[in-house]
Amino acid sequence: MVYALLISVFVIASCGLVYELIAGTLASYLLGDSVTYFSTIIGAYLFAMGIGSWLSRFIGKGLVARFVLLELMVGVVGGSSAAVLFLSFAYLESFRLVLYGQVLVVGILVGLEIPLLLRILKDKIEFKDLVAQVLTFDYLGALIASLAFPLLLAPRLGLVRTCFLFGLLNVLVALWSTFLFKNEIPKNLGLRAQSIVASLILLAGLFYGDRLSTFAEENLYTDSIIYAASSPYQRLVVTRWRDDVRLFLNNNLQFSSADEYRYHEALVHPGMSWLQSARRVLVLGGGDGLALREVLKYPSVESVTLVDLDPAMTRLFSTNELLRKVNQDSLLSPRVKVVNQDAFVWLSENSEFFDFAVVDFPDPTNHALGKLYTTAFFKMLKEHLAHGGAAVVQSTSPLYARKSYWCIAATLEGAGFQTSPYHAYVPSFGEWGFILASNRGYEPPTRFPAGLKFITADTTRALFEFPPDMAKVEAEVNRLNNQILVQYYESEWRQVEQ
Amino acid sequence: MNRRELLSTAVGFALAGCGRSRTIQGSVVGASHEFGHLLRSGGLPEPTSTETIPIAILGGGISGLSAAWRLLRSNVKDFRIFELEAEAGGNSRYGENAITRYPWGAHYVPLPTAESHWVRTLFEELGVIEGNTPSGTPVYKEQYLCAAPQERLYIHGRWQDGLVPALAATRAEMDEFDRFSEIIDTYRERRGKDGRKAFAIPMDFSSRDADLLELDRISMTAFLQERGLRSKPLHWYIDYACRDDFGSGAGEVSAWAGIHYFASRESDDTVLTWPEGNGWIVRRLMETLSPYVTNSALVYRVQPTAAGVEVDIYRTGEKRSTRIVAEHVVWACPVFQASRVIQRAGALHQSIAAFEYAPWLVANLTLDRFPDQRAGVPIAWDNVIYDSESLGYVVATHQGLSAHPRETVLTYYHALAGPASAASRQRLLETDWRSWTDFLLGDLSKPHPEIRDITQRIDIMKWGHAMVRPRPGFVWGDARQRLAAPFGRIHFAHSDLSGFSLFEEAQFRGIVAAEQILLVM
Repeated sequence: MVYALLISVFVIASCGLVYELIAGTLASYLLGDSVTYFSTIIGAYLFAMGIGSWLSRFIGKGLVARFVLLELMVGVVGGSSAAVLFLSFAYLESFRLVLYGQVLVVGILVGLEIPLLLRILKDKIEFKDLVAQVLTFDYLGALIASLAFPLLLAPRLGLVRTCFLFGLLNVLVALWSTFLFKNEIPKNLGLRAQSIVASLILLAGLFYGDRLSTFAEENLYTDSIIYAASSPYQRLVVTRWRDDVRLFLNNNLQFSSADEYRYHEALVHPGMSWLQSARRVLVLGGGDGLALREVLKYPSVESVTLVDLDPAMTRLFSTNELLRKVNQDSLLSPRVKVVNQDAFVWLSENSEFFDFAVVDFPDPTNHALGKLYTTAFFKMLKEHLAHGGAAVVQSTSPLYARKSYWCIAATLEGAGFQTSPYHAYVPSFGEWGFILASNRGYEPPTRFPAGLKFITADTTRALFEFPPDMAKVEAEVNRLNNQILVQYYESEWRQVEQ
Repeated sequence: MNRRELLSTAVGFALAGCGRSRTIQGSVVGASHEFGHLLRSGGLPEPTSTETIPIAILGGGISGLSAAWRLLRSNVKDFRIFELEAEAGGNSRYGENAITRYPWGAHYVPLPTAESHWVRTLFEELGVIEGNTPSGTPVYKEQYLCAAPQERLYIHGRWQDGLVPALAATRAEMDEFDRFSEIIDTYRERRGKDGRKAFAIPMDFSSRDADLLELDRISMTAFLQERGLRSKPLHWYIDYACRDDFGSGAGEVSAWAGIHYFASRESDDTVLTWPEGNGWIVRRLMETLSPYVTNSALVYRVQPTAAGVEVDIYRTGEKRSTRIVAEHVVWACPVFQASRVIQRAGALHQSIAAFEYAPWLVANLTLDRFPDQRAGVPIAWDNVIYDSESLGYVVATHQGLSAHPRETVLTYYHALAGPASAASRQRLLETDWRSWTDFLLGDLSKPHPEIRDITQRIDIMKWGHAMVRPRPGFVWGDARQRLAAPFGRIHFAHSDLSGFSLFEEAQFRGIVAAEQILLVM
């Protein structure tokens, strides 16, 4: 009997510690800043345990029944805590409130456990042995949990399922106690029934827990997720709502199939149609194959080289049926060669020439990406353009990031290009900017491939007009050794977000 | 109460990378101090063959290679370079792994001043300088200029931009930085009575005005104190600069040398750097010079004769010795090595003994991924930890073109500053790989608690005599100036002769030695 109870002490001690570790790990995983969250969670948890210990004095009669109930509550509340946190991160704005509220509740319940157990056991063992044994098993349980959690449980089961598993252990202690103390609990049938229900709930959580993290992620997006994967470079998520397919990279919208034609037609045709008979085309970035789809509308094109860093991206867009419909199988065209390499590195190691180059990189959000918008990069690009060739560069929004946009124009000029800046309205992005770079005077073309939905001779002329709120501003040239664009971009988009 | 201790240890354990421990691989590379032992213990085999080579260049570091480069420019080809190590490069040697090339020592060159004519010439030849503006300012290839962000400093738990410890300084202390800059500006603009810059690179072109040379008699710290500059942040900053450039603290460095560091260059200029540091220059020079280089060659006796110089060389690979009979010898090794090797040097020995050297530890850490981005500015090329014994680290992939670098190599520098260089050298050599890696991982874990978990490999180079120390009185003292002049047909050429270890000085000394020979040939 005494040893059975000491084993319970061992189990509940490990459960108590695991809930705390899970709260800390999840908070630092979801919010970052592990030092702050771990430290405040430990503090709050210990404080709550203190409250629990203090509250234990108000529990008078029926100690054993109360203990069983307490274990059930710890099991259910603690056991589901990881799942609740995941879901509230997806659904609720006040995640921190839930987090600390939960830490307090679980802490109070766990704080009640040992005082109650001590009192239950106090008549069965001499006081000095009681304290020694209970505390020994308490510490031992904490040790085992602290070792098992990072080494075994978190990596194997994941946080959500580990949490359910320990909740189940708490509930099993409750169930076991109803048998151990069958003389002291007169009406234990009800408690047993409750224990079994709680066990079933937690068991279900244990089995389906891994679906929860996907489910929670799905709720970060408004539409249903049809594909989600992590490559070494980025997190790819494809969503679909009716006919609208969207691609998100690291949670940033890349395109919406409802209006991407505006972006990609504007990106490709003002340059391609001006050149009229480009034969060799280079696409840098654009692993979704959408710019490529527009390029392939020209029968003059003999070969296209597409350089995109992430093989996961080009593979997805050449295999997934839905996405192949969006890019019209452009990546599978015999005219296309796909290279999965870093674009700057590839350019520096390659000596081919191209009539037209489409530069479609992510916005310059950090120094690494900022390198792709420097005079060094554009000079190297220029060395790969055939005589009379041209390039077009996606250049962020001239409305939201006006100085950044004109900085890219200044940088292209600094690299020796003549520039023709233009912009287009893409509903899911807003007003978006492009810059055509060449070595001779540009005239907007008047003839385009048939079947375009956005670009026509009339609309094209208008794209080159900049209203006063997007008009040219003075900006420095972006170089590897100043990375001024990243600074412009950061301050401008920070203002937009505010 | 009852669980508190266990809770905190358990959580600490979880914080420390989920308890995953890994074994970090690595080794100590470079073994030149073993050759030093060989030299001291004597008993090297006598030469079994003799070869006549008009010009023997002893030492394949920057000065030796520059002497050779200068000779080739005048179409003189009858020379050989003898290098002790398995590879040429000296302090500018580099390593390479699957991720990147990385430096083992010197890792940048400041934009050359107008006086550094030969550096500019070399850089034009290597394509570092692409042309000149109409006003005559060189235009550098963008890829070789240090990419932004250049420097950051870890201080009070945060990374700040630049190395002036603004986060630690009060307004009054920041004012001291302004006053220091004003003093430096005065020296930078000053021309001596002899018409020369007060502080020039190469240092030999500096003014000899007596009040300027007087500065060599006191330490940099004493100079600051004389000027009423006492704040801790300023002293840290100057001390850091001295350790970085001279391997010695501000208290052990001549004020002339300390001021030279700041006043000899334009204040806002950047630096040129490559993934392998100055190893890039070595690599490019070796494209033409490698047929002239003999590696693993320990020069153990240099004997002036009536007709020329006999040079006895032990081939460490073949374990036999050769005698080279040369008309001229360029001594492009560190000066201290001459004391045991050059025979009949007589009075020179006393001067050689005045050359003191700072020991350095350089470690290259191969990482699985970049350290976490924590509080403050993102990772820069040069990353310094405030109040650390070390000099921090540079990022080898910083100059790379990749927009998504994942793995990287950090080069960690630690000058064993302190007054007793012999004791520091002993500590450097006797401390084993494990203890040194523990030391540097402990240092790096302050800004990067995860460093042990992301490090695959640590290779260490122990530089017993990394650089000459410009102690007070040394720069403009007799010993240095005596060795700067040729000794018969032996022409000394090493940055040691300038009193501090700079690329420009090493190149200049090599060029001067080559021109002395060209003049008499």
